[in-house]
Amino acid sequence: MKSLRKYLDKIKPNFQPGGKFQKFRSTFDAFETFLFVPNHVTKKGSHIRDYIDLKRTMSIVVMALMPALLFGMWNVGYQHYLSVGQTVTFLEQFWFGFIAVFPIVVVAYVSGLSVEFIFAQIRGHEVNEGFLVSGMLIPLIMPVDTPLWMIAVATIFAVIFGKEVFGGTGMNIFNPALLARAFVFFAYPAKITGDFIWIEGLSDKSSKIVDGFSGATPLSQAANYAVDKIPSDLTLFLGNIPGSIGETSKLAILIGAAILLLSGIGNWRIMLTTVLGGLFMSLIFNLVGANPYMQISPITQLLMGGFLFGAVFMATDPVTAAQTNTGKYIYGFLVGVIAIMVRVFNPAYPEGMMLSILLMNAFAPLIDHYVVEANIKRRLKRISPIQK
Amino acid sequence: MSESLKIKKGLDIRIKGKAKEVLTDNLTFKKFSVDPSDFKNINPKLLIKAGEKVKAGTPLFHDKIREELIFVSPISGTLAEIERGEKRKILSLKIEADGLNESIDLGKPDLKSISREELSQLLLKSGLWAFIKQRPYSTIADYRNTPKAIFVSCFNTAPLAPTIDFLLKNDRKSFELGVEVLKKLTDGKIHLNIDGSKSVHEVFQQLKGVEINKFEGKHPAGNVGVQIHHIDPINKGDVVWTVQPEDLVIIGRFIDRGIVDMSRYVALTGSEILNPQYYKTIVGAEIEPMLKDNLTQEKHRFISGNVLSGKQIPNNGYLGFYDTQITVIPEGDHSEFLGWMMPGINKFSFSNTFFSKIFPKKEYSLDSNFNGGERAYVITGEFEKVLPMDIYPMQLIKAVLAEDIDMMEKLGIYEVAEEDFALCEYICTSKTEIQDIIKNGIDLMIKEMS
Repeated sequence: MKSLRKYLDKIKPNFQPGGKFQKFRSTFDAFETFLFVPNHVTKKGSHIRDYIDLKRTMSIVVMALMPALLFGMWNVGYQHYLSVGQTVTFLEQFWFGFIAVFPIVVVAYVSGLSVEFIFAQIRGHEVNEGFLVSGMLIPLIMPVDTPLWMIAVATIFAVIFGKEVFGGTGMNIFNPALLARAFVFFAYPAKITGDFIWIEGLSDKSSKIVDGFSGATPLSQAANYAVDKIPSDLTLFLGNIPGSIGETSKLAILIGAAILLLSGIGNWRIMLTTVLGGLFMSLIFNLVGANPYMQISPITQLLMGGFLFGAVFMATDPVTAAQTNTGKYIYGFLVGVIAIMVRVFNPAYPEGMMLSILLMNAFAPLIDHYVVEANIKRRLKRISPIQK
Repeated sequence: MSESLKIKKGLDIRIKGKAKEVLTDNLTFKKFSVDPSDFKNINPKLLIKAGEKVKAGTPLFHDKIREELIFVSPISGTLAEIERGEKRKILSLKIEADGLNESIDLGKPDLKSISREELSQLLLKSGLWAFIKQRPYSTIADYRNTPKAIFVSCFNTAPLAPTIDFLLKNDRKSFELGVEVLKKLTDGKIHLNIDGSKSVHEVFQQLKGVEINKFEGKHPAGNVGVQIHHIDPINKGDVVWTVQPEDLVIIGRFIDRGIVDMSRYVALTGSEILNPQYYKTIVGAEIEPMLKDNLTQEKHRFISGNVLSGKQIPNNGYLGFYDTQITVIPEGDHSEFLGWMMPGINKFSFSNTFFSKIFPKKEYSLDSNFNGGERAYVITGEFEKVLPMDIYPMQLIKAVLAEDIDMMEKLGIYEVAEEDFALCEYICTSKTEIQDIIKNGIDLMIKEMS
């Protein structure tokens, strides 16, 4: 590794101000700090620093997403061969899914990181690691048949208007990955709705689909009140069902959740209250029971669609969620409640989780404001126990 | 009414090199330095020229605005050099000891008959007033105020901090006299806060007329700011004074003998010290005699104070005015290939993201590497885990960055000092300089409120 270090030191001057490639300074910086933790030492304040940094944090989130990604790849292949009625081996299924999903991942990363690098250079900042996670989340919440150009456009839109206009990572109001999904959802409604987008190759009319294969997701079945067609809870849990790439297997998501919770990177407060909020709202609907959708059991509600994926990976985004601990409880609970509410009341938007999180992103600062105000009032009121 | 409190939040950094309870008291120190930057919010005006003779207790400089605030020489000798920086700013006054140990005799006061006013004047004249600090702002106390209470934190939870019981062992009488001085200075209560996890040291058992509060918990439970917050919090307009027990001993000696005797015990600590132990030295003394034949062969960082909030000094530097600890750690100016990706068996971290977590007792040698690059704040809720106060740290930091005085006041700037945020800075994932931010906030408040 010493020769690599030497080589980097040799070419570094070219990227400094005044060098040949000074326009790529932040790009060089990003790669250099990726390869080597820099030799910077503390100058002011604390002389020692914790070993954790944003790279470590973000890479753990990416690691937590791996089970969902790998299962998603297999499931894409499995669903495809199911729709065309072929029986193939596990490896063939996975390979098919890999070929379908990998380009989406690459496109999301390349388009998003390009924007990030350009903005970092303009601002004179180091490249922020935040997109490492967003770039992995975007493919996982897309239907597999989304055209690649659409993913590129959506990602670029999300990074510029969801993040950079607010000042970059850490300053954004809305979760960039969800913004990309919402962009696709609302900008291309004709292309991206219906039952054919969830399975690779199905929207291509020439493909031979087995008679009777629908490709509909459990959520759309529920929205059509075809409650009997919703798979069993176990199937929903294991995830060999149509849906967005990473959202189907609740088992894979829970493995990810375990990684996040054990490492302390994911916020348990938000995960817990989101699930509680979802259960609470489903139970209320059970009591009302006005239509078949309302009568679906709370557990099934949570296992359907992207609810768990959203609760574990999207609602917990520290930047766009509430920042105070008390605020996190309120925020998470409302995310859960509203997600189920949107699903049931507005079947035109089957995925309530996306809308619910984006809505609560907008309200998170307000929640924090009142939590902090309460703290200020409490502090003003306190009289010391000694003066009493 | 004495209180017993458990502090749940905080972090004890498991760093190698705690001082053994062994004392070396036969070293001689020749060079001394008084550094005006050790005193916050002081603008020094010299009272003496280079080359003049000084005794222990000879005034060196005073504050330009509050002229009664005098700072004195800790030792007898010659003022060898006045080191100046940009715009002739005084950086330090270097004194060469003559070994005669002469002191200025201000007369032994009678604590029973002396008035509060006379006592403060005497302490100001002796230069020992500088040891009495105040909250808000953690500056030298304003002698015109009467504090609602005085707090002495009698245990130190900072990394590798000296054991205060050990420091006080030989100075019990002086400590008791120091406490008597505090009683004169306030009509309010004197709070002595001790470590609740240990049995009450005999030094404290026989003290009368003071509150003995027990605190149990990790760092920063020993920070006086945290203790004030839990016992008698500061609201706008309140003033509380604080003194370190080690400094109270020096005040007590003065009452006892009428002279300035700034000798004190310090702990020489850190992973790069071969024999970490205690030494008898004097405020402002050079550190070289203690380090002789006592260092490893690494590249070092020398710190007067602890690793979290101490001051970096050169290898021939001097002990800071308030410090009772010298720490030496490795300088971390090396890069590590894919360091952020490694499992990290040897990387101590507050977070659960390194495998070092599976060794809950292991002690580590920690260096001064930044371990990453500065970023915008992304992670939330981490500072709350190491700041045991009913204060929203992130919101306060952002209020300071925005220079929003009204909000800073509401969110608790009066209650905090840099050291209370040192752990927040240590664990900060975004690698921001939080102690510096808080310092700027306090400086802004001092400027705006005076």
